Amino acid sequence: MPTVTMTVNGMERSGTVEGRTLLVDFLREHLGLTGTHVGCDTSQCGACVVHVNGTSVKSCTCLAVQADGADVTTIEGLANGADLHPMQEAFREHHGLQCGFCTPGMVMSAVDLANRDSDPSEHDVREWLEGNLCRCTGYHNIVKAVQAGARAMGGGS
Amino acid sequence: MSGNGTGIGASVKRKEDTRFLTGRGRYTDDINLPGQLYGYILRSGMAHAKIGTVHTDAAKAAPGVHAVFTGRDMEGVGGIPTGWEITNKDGSKMVEPGHPALATDKVRYVGDCVAIVVAETAEQAKSAANLIDVEREELPAVASIEAAEADGAPLVFDEAPGNVCYDWEVGDKAATDAAFDAADHVVSIYVVNNRLIPNAIEPRAAIANYDPATGDYTLYTTSQNPHLVRLLLGAFVLGLPEHKLRIVAPDVGGGFGSKIPHYAEEAILTWTAGQLGRPVKWTCERLDAFKSDTHGRDHISTAKLALDADGHFLGLHVSTKANLGAYLSTFATCVPTYLYGILFAGPYTTPAVYCEVKSFFTNTVPVDALRGAGRPEATYLLERLVDKAAVELGMDRVEIRRKNFIREFPYQTPVALQYDQGDYDATLDLALEASDWAGFEGRRAEAAARGKCRGIGISTFIEACGIAPSAVVGSLGARAGLYESGSVRVHPTGSVSVFTGTHSHGQGHETTFAQIVSDMLGVDFDAVDVVHGDSAKIPFGMGTYGSRSLAVGGTAIYLAVEKVIEKGKKIAAHLLEASAEDIEFENGSFTVAGTDRSKTLGEVALTAYVPHNYPEGLEPGLEETAFYDPLNFTFPAGTHIAEVEVDPETGEVELVAVTGADDVGRIINPMIVDGQLHGGLAHGIGQALLEECRYQEDGQLETGSYMNYTMPRAADLPSFNINHNTTLCTHNPLGAKGVGEVGSIGVPPAVINAVIDALRPLGVDDMSMPATSQRVWQAIQRANG
Amino acid sequence: MNDFTYHAPTSLDDAVAALRGAEGGTLIAGGQSLLPIMKLNLAAPTDVVSLAGVAGLDGITDDGDSVTVGAMCTHAQVAGSATVQGRIPALAAMADGIGDAQVRNAGTIGGSLAHNDPAADYPAACVALGATIVTDRREIGADDYFQGMFMTALEDDEIITAVRFPVPSRAAYAKFANPASKYAVAGVMVADGPAGVRVAVTGASGDGVFRMAEMESALGDSFGAEAVAGMGVSSHGLLSDTAADADYRAHLVTVMAKRAVEACG
Repeated sequence: MPTVTMTVNGMERSGTVEGRTLLVDFLREHLGLTGTHVGCDTSQCGACVVHVNGTSVKSCTCLAVQADGADVTTIEGLANGADLHPMQEAFREHHGLQCGFCTPGMVMSAVDLANRDSDPSEHDVREWLEGNLCRCTGYHNIVKAVQAGARAMGGGS
Repeated sequence: MSGNGTGIGASVKRKEDTRFLTGRGRYTDDINLPGQLYGYILRSGMAHAKIGTVHTDAAKAAPGVHAVFTGRDMEGVGGIPTGWEITNKDGSKMVEPGHPALATDKVRYVGDCVAIVVAETAEQAKSAANLIDVEREELPAVASIEAAEADGAPLVFDEAPGNVCYDWEVGDKAATDAAFDAADHVVSIYVVNNRLIPNAIEPRAAIANYDPATGDYTLYTTSQNPHLVRLLLGAFVLGLPEHKLRIVAPDVGGGFGSKIPHYAEEAILTWTAGQLGRPVKWTCERLDAFKSDTHGRDHISTAKLALDADGHFLGLHVSTKANLGAYLSTFATCVPTYLYGILFAGPYTTPAVYCEVKSFFTNTVPVDALRGAGRPEATYLLERLVDKAAVELGMDRVEIRRKNFIREFPYQTPVALQYDQGDYDATLDLALEASDWAGFEGRRAEAAARGKCRGIGISTFIEACGIAPSAVVGSLGARAGLYESGSVRVHPTGSVSVFTGTHSHGQGHETTFAQIVSDMLGVDFDAVDVVHGDSAKIPFGMGTYGSRSLAVGGTAIYLAVEKVIEKGKKIAAHLLEASAEDIEFENGSFTVAGTDRSKTLGEVALTAYVPHNYPEGLEPGLEETAFYDPLNFTFPAGTHIAEVEVDPETGEVELVAVTGADDVGRIINPMIVDGQLHGGLAHGIGQALLEECRYQEDGQLETGSYMNYTMPRAADLPSFNINHNTTLCTHNPLGAKGVGEVGSIGVPPAVINAVIDALRPLGVDDMSMPATSQRVWQAIQRANG
Repeated sequence: MNDFTYHAPTSLDDAVAALRGAEGGTLIAGGQSLLPIMKLNLAAPTDVVSLAGVAGLDGITDDGDSVTVGAMCTHAQVAGSATVQGRIPALAAMADGIGDAQVRNAGTIGGSLAHNDPAADYPAACVALGATIVTDRREIGADDYFQGMFMTALEDDEIITAVRFPVPSRAAYAKFANPASKYAVAGVMVADGPAGVRVAVTGASGDGVFRMAEMESALGDSFGAEAVAGMGVSSHGLLSDTAADADYRAHLVTVMAKRAVEACG
């Protein structure tokens, strides 16, 4: 069985996986990083979004072996100790989450947008979030949070 | 009540957010127990079939497999019960067939549980399930109400002739008929309330464990009401006493009604763990969730409204057929009856109302509560009908509503409910103003210049929430009480643990309830923690649904706090050498009235736990529990206005504005309340424009994944314009009514009324949900002849 | 998903060798088409050969008359490329509308074309723009490349290395997306290029991308929305599903063609 090594949230992590092991399963089952969630089987809900080499991808649609050697950031790696990342803080401030299940993917997706655009319009945010489903919030406060978070990030994470 | 800072009325940031935002939430699938095995549920791929032998030898021999169990193995275990018995028009009881957890002689829907495979890994269990050979004889299926009621239709259950579960009525039929006889106008409508799939983003999951040393069972499950699961699973299915069965519903990723029912999988897992003596974990895949989470809505109705020459409503007659699916889920039977028929007065003074509901078994997923549960179906029908009446009588859509509003309270409706309080003019005026209703024609003209058809629609509605008074629902067939419990434990140094029988799966109870307790006791907000979701920690609970948590659960906590204060007064009086009657409690201090002599809550609490100097005869400790059984339902109400633009070339409907003016009673946390409104609106808009569960005639689910079941996305929705006008509920001390279902109840008819308004110039006068681009385009083609 | 042997070659030769040595091997680029069908057990390869480590498959170059896009370029890279935006803005815009942001970050042009989903966007762009699919052994014109649903001219062990797009004088893509899946219900690319006016349709037919000869002819005579606006499309052979039946699809093809022409300016 293949061995993979990747940098996860700044730490080098290795594991023996099957070829078919998905990145999300490696993170959740092998590394215990259960903040990344699985909400569907068809690559659409976005609860599993993480960053691989700095861009957001769906970790349910990525093999662990494909991420061998990559730099992976999950929701657990975003905050700086007790200080929330500006995007996390914006979600808290604007009530951009309710049940919290879509939230890790939503935040990771939002950070990717903010890295590209420090002042996205409401329209841009709504279009960007096509790959992230939320059933609780009606997106209203998520959109506000992403805009505020992007401005707070000032164009970089 | 203080009203600012962290108290009642303040938009306090949520306690639960830090863990959710940092990936430290603890959802059921995040939990792993030592020695855990994985279960995979083999489901029926046929909608209706006789089952012969289920050959499991090959699966049992597959790598990693520990056990395979079928319905035969579980024989002798009780079936999955339903919670509400409906009485027919003729006084007989509804047909209530059995629901084996694992199918025995027959499967009745695509998704029905056939076997469980338990293996070392989830992949092994799933692979082995492919090796199970089920001897089946396919039977013709009935996958819709129309098919179920057809002459000679195949029977889902032999004991249910015509596939009818019940034939129920509410209201005075003779008085209603008389109203129609006296009417100047009669307006009729036919509406379908589209079937929906709930789709909480967290799929269902469960882990069951059995400890042979103690005989204790523990089930972690994605539930909105762990105690209800314990009651049903323990008492009715497995025959386990409550003290041997612990149910934990940890962080739960949304429910919307789909996590109310006690599901077969919970019974299968728990029973299997007992058989194997090891923990067994199951996580539902999304594709299986589509065909196993209870579905919602699915009504076909005809209705007629009798009016006098001036447009006053004289009578309403509703005939509804409801699809209950293949088995009776926990609240399935009350949703189309006591959560539906009793809503038909709406906010109007209609003196005579009659509603009859015939419900059917079909070879489809069981139908149960979904955000709003019965009340969206009633509101949609009524508000579509009122709009149609306005058009047919040539009246203004707003004025016909205003003309018929209830203005005197309490108001006894002709369909059982008594509204305690409300101000429907106020929310209507607020919504008209906030939406610039008066300026709409200008916007319509501007859109027309761009080739778009713009329309505006309105819905004025009422809900019955805060379920429910136990004696009332008991007399109507409910098999459980619907009170709530709350416990408040003041610790020796003055911090507080609050235990509630409600369950938070997004609603923010940890914050809202802490605000109430912190405000009432005058303790720091951060010194109050709210505990929920564990039957081993909470005295009892009925859970969260029907917008009941604050009105019922919050009130129980309120009453428990009052008891704490009363006891504290006795302790303080002793310490201050005064009479308890002379002690006042404010801002966390017990003070002898008219003096500056006082003791803090912390001092009193410490005394309660270190009772060296203590009132004679008083029990030590400072912990109180209250059970609150509501006196009545609560009646949130409001007005929703939707504005759409239709592209006549493609039929696409763009929702350009949504305005809500809502009366949800006392608002504890405005930020959370608005968030609940947003979510409900999105759900209602999803029903109106996007979501539709479709079955093929053979019972195969046509919309079985996110590839063809349209979930609302961010780009499908506008930002919402939310407004409040509050009247207080008169029969609970918080004045709370409820907010979680408002949007899904109020907005669908506003959206469809707007679509019809947009299309009327093209000759279209009807539209069914969801108003997809194809449906709109086809309607335009038909109108064009 | 069934398990498989994973290969991470660093050269095209090694990748071909790995494919040839496998009982049922398949290539993986970004995996956005392959992994979803493997998760549903609609594909169960014994071997998966990754192209991620093979050099020379990335990069976007301006060749003057054409733009060449490396097979491993992601949709996001194509959408964000200054070269593509400058020379063939319609292609950049099309790539920006594929799937969602995360799919665009991982999915590649080569992977999409090798998969040839009948509702994918790239086939319409390739056919309308008259692209050439460059492989490890030959060049295939777009008209010859697409051979029906999930079928292409590729041999079992053939690897796409790049796609060369002639620069058109004007082009635009208009898509009507399935509201649930966001795949094309009817996607129409109109291009006025070296090979004349071409109109290619994706999403509408189970056979995959096809050209609208009548529209091409009409636009060749007079390039304007009015040339196609009233042009009915036969619903015969078009897909029918929960989002759109064949009649509605046929109508949408006309509307999208008209809008694409309008967007050509």
